Amino acid sequence: MDGKLSRRNFLKLSGVAASAGVAVTGLGFTQTAEAADVGRATLPYPAKAIARATTLKSNTPLSFHYPDASSPCVVIKMGEPTPGGVGPDSDIVAYSVLCTHMGCQVMYDSGTRSFRCPCHFSSFDAEKTGQMITGQATENLPQIVLEYNAKDDSVRAVGVNGLIYGRQSNIL
Amino acid sequence: MSTRKDRVALPPVSAQKTLMTCHFCIVGCGYHAYKWPENEEGGRAPNQNALGLDFRKQLPPLAVTMSPGMTNVVTDKNGKRYNIMVVPDKQCTVNQGLASTRGARMASYMYTDTGVGQNRLKEPRIFTGDQWLDTTWEKALAIYAGVAKKILDKDGPSGLVFNCFDHGGAGGGFENTWGTGKLMFTALQTPMVRIHNRPAYNSECHATRDMGVGELNNAYEDAEVADCIMGIGANQYETQTNYFLAHWLPNLQGATVEKKRKWFPGETAGAARVIFVDPRRTPTVAIAEHTVGKENVLHLDIQPGTDIALFNGLFTHVVEKGWVDQEFIKQYTSGFDAAVKANRTSLKDCSRITGVSVEKLRQAAEWAYQPKASGHPKRTMHAYEKGIIWGNDNYLIQSALVDLVLATHNVGRRGTGVVRMGGHQEGYTRPPYPGNSKIYIDQEIIKGNGKMLTMWACNSFQTTLNAEEYREVIHRRSNLVKEAMARARGATTEQLVDVIYEAVSKKGGLYVTLIDLYPTMVTDAAHMALPATHPGEMNLTSMNGERRIRLSERFMDPPGTAKPDCLIAAEIANTLKRMYEAEGNAKMATRFAGFDWKTEEHAFNDGFRRAGQPGAGPIDSQGGDTGHLATYERLRKMGNNGVQLPIKEYKNNKLVGTEMLYTDNKFSTADGKAHFLPSPWPGLPKPVQAQKDKYRFWINNGRVNEVWQTGYHNKYDAFIRDRYPMAIIEINPEDAKPLGIRSGDIVEVYNDYGSTYAMAYLEPAIKRSQTFMQFGYYNGIVGDVVTEWTDRNVIPYYKGTWADLRRIGGAEEYSKTVSFKSRRYV
Repeated sequence: MDGKLSRRNFLKLSGVAASAGVAVTGLGFTQTAEAADVGRATLPYPAKAIARATTLKSNTPLSFHYPDASSPCVVIKMGEPTPGGVGPDSDIVAYSVLCTHMGCQVMYDSGTRSFRCPCHFSSFDAEKTGQMITGQATENLPQIVLEYNAKDDSVRAVGVNGLIYGRQSNIL
Repeated sequence: MSTRKDRVALPPVSAQKTLMTCHFCIVGCGYHAYKWPENEEGGRAPNQNALGLDFRKQLPPLAVTMSPGMTNVVTDKNGKRYNIMVVPDKQCTVNQGLASTRGARMASYMYTDTGVGQNRLKEPRIFTGDQWLDTTWEKALAIYAGVAKKILDKDGPSGLVFNCFDHGGAGGGFENTWGTGKLMFTALQTPMVRIHNRPAYNSECHATRDMGVGELNNAYEDAEVADCIMGIGANQYETQTNYFLAHWLPNLQGATVEKKRKWFPGETAGAARVIFVDPRRTPTVAIAEHTVGKENVLHLDIQPGTDIALFNGLFTHVVEKGWVDQEFIKQYTSGFDAAVKANRTSLKDCSRITGVSVEKLRQAAEWAYQPKASGHPKRTMHAYEKGIIWGNDNYLIQSALVDLVLATHNVGRRGTGVVRMGGHQEGYTRPPYPGNSKIYIDQEIIKGNGKMLTMWACNSFQTTLNAEEYREVIHRRSNLVKEAMARARGATTEQLVDVIYEAVSKKGGLYVTLIDLYPTMVTDAAHMALPATHPGEMNLTSMNGERRIRLSERFMDPPGTAKPDCLIAAEIANTLKRMYEAEGNAKMATRFAGFDWKTEEHAFNDGFRRAGQPGAGPIDSQGGDTGHLATYERLRKMGNNGVQLPIKEYKNNKLVGTEMLYTDNKFSTADGKAHFLPSPWPGLPKPVQAQKDKYRFWINNGRVNEVWQTGYHNKYDAFIRDRYPMAIIEINPEDAKPLGIRSGDIVEVYNDYGSTYAMAYLEPAIKRSQTFMQFGYYNGIVGDVVTEWTDRNVIPYYKGTWADLRRIGGAEEYSKTVSFKSRRYV
């Protein structure tokens, strides 16, 4: 990726952060692609604060967007250690909520702690890294890579495992 | 390099675009395969990529199915590397742009030197006594043909045994069924052939054919205009996915009412109701109830093996109610009165046997057969599959069902049909089977008969009944040959053939050859493996469950020297022909003539297109006598919609087909009438009843959505392997608790026939004392505990066995990584 494109991403992603400001007010430490592409092993994902760990209610999804405003996601504190989970209890996970099959918005069912797609009935396990329980998708639900900072209790999204529906690349 | 799989390469506008029918399940969804140089990529603007979509912004829902699993990078023989992407065709009438979890992974399954395909067989291999070594086709064929010839000359064709596909899709197709069929039946003339999924050479649908009703008699569109659909032992959401989603659901949801009004003026039209006959609450039942409400779904959860009694009860009831078409019965059928008498079962008796309440039985009859408010007879479609086909007496269940269907005239009218849902696609074109009776091949092998076994694109080690004994005997007999070969180091081909023949003729040995895409469990017992190809690497035609034939085009090279099955058959025949010519045996050489094919299209032209033509001789072909109208070029032009067989004509540059059979009430019998068949309820077969008396759990078994005609790839596919590291067995939690079994535990399933392992999956929707185990999986083989009982045509009762369970232990990794949440949507 050349520096020009990186700058374009930087501008775009900065705009996203501003538009999503309601959810992240006060945290405001969005980082974006810098020119340092040499040595980069992943797409230039932004880092974005999405929640404070201690304010998350157990088994209650909180919506956010990542890596940009057109990609809806949820973060959930599962209440017990979960694969891929971060935070003081290693139980905070986040996923894209666009079904990897055809992009319908999956709904979180707190009873089974899984996501259900209303279009073609795929379901995904929130406690098993988004594994497809059954259905028509060919990929598990993309899991948002999170980091936790104990100093300010912030949970930040820093990447995505898996391709978000309807994109050639997770970074538009 | 990141393994996040968070981007794909788009096909540029210039990408090569070819036809690809999904080669897994019967439905045959239409796809396109795009191929373009590895170092090129289409742009994100709609005019810059072949999909014509605007990837500069987030696409809206339902715009596309495009995932990393639908892409790959392949290398052709010229060393050039290409991106490929295989995406569903929105213009295909079958799937209308929908992709299944199986079909959408076709690109992943194409050969690469690093992905799933890296495990493919690439060259012929021979087992030399203690190790596998690659060899040349010439050497392998010399051994194979040498052994076959010796057996043929000295013992006759019955020493040559084949386990071979008879279907379409991958490991099949009209080209390959013809090539193998011509080799086995015309050239070798052996009757010792069984089909990939059953232990004899037989049909899965003898009864309905005997009654004059071919089993694929309607179109998928009929499911859109039916008043009622009865789904019997099929679990459509998981096993005919896009047929269910694109054609059944819209009707259940009322989205096709206008179409019904247009097609059937004056008739009452509304959303269809659906009746499921299945002992198990399947994911399909759950989804139907969720989608259209429980009040529009009736689940007849019969006791296992009681289908015959169910249909006899409904048949008796509709006759008593007068919900039958007397005029149709009188003019176009025979045997009605005898069937009424033989099948007579009161609703009360029906309820007692099936366990379904009289009230539900009555309701089912009303939904399916009570005339509509407008006075017209209901249009009810009956769709069945392995619940019947692998059920308690295949012949009798089909008879009982088709009796009910004929009485209510639910065949040959649009919106009706009595159809199998299907497993693989179809693709049958063969010379007639050279025998007058059905031979239970597995039992012949177990008895020590047969000298040379060729396992052709199938794996009966994993999928047959009484599988443990079958495997054990083959291993023992194979080892006799291996030991002899190990003592023959340095032997010439001729000497090796003599050593092998000595072992199979005097010591009870069995020479085993595998012809397949991958080394399979069979490889452990084999002496030779020949590499074959699948769609995408060869041109291949098949037809789906509404008889729709399409051409899947070759778009890439196969691995190594792998060949299409039809050309492997030709190579075997040609080698034998040369051998007979060399010894001056013109008579035998003539039997092996007619295999001078250079491409798979030659095999298609020789079989499918010659059926019914002057001088061709008898050919049993699903294309009938008009198959000659279908050329590759014409099929290519018909695209993913192809044409429904039989072809009526070629007109205005288009092939014109047949949407529905029997609209003229002329049935497939000598007198043209449909024949009722008596089918009294027989109870459970003795060996099955004996297991039931002795063991507690019914071991129901079948497929799961993600592993369905795809198992040979899935073993190497992390997406599937992570989800199903072992065959699952669904158990009611209340049954599991006292046995100390938790989800993720490994359990042993055992009875008098054998034992197998499975991964426990606790599921409240499973009834007490019943289970459901994944069928045909590589890690946990349910066939090991299935009895050897078959019906009169040697059709197994795979679904009917009882066994006990014991906990082996906890599998920590499974518990951590595998989801054990309900596979039912609700």
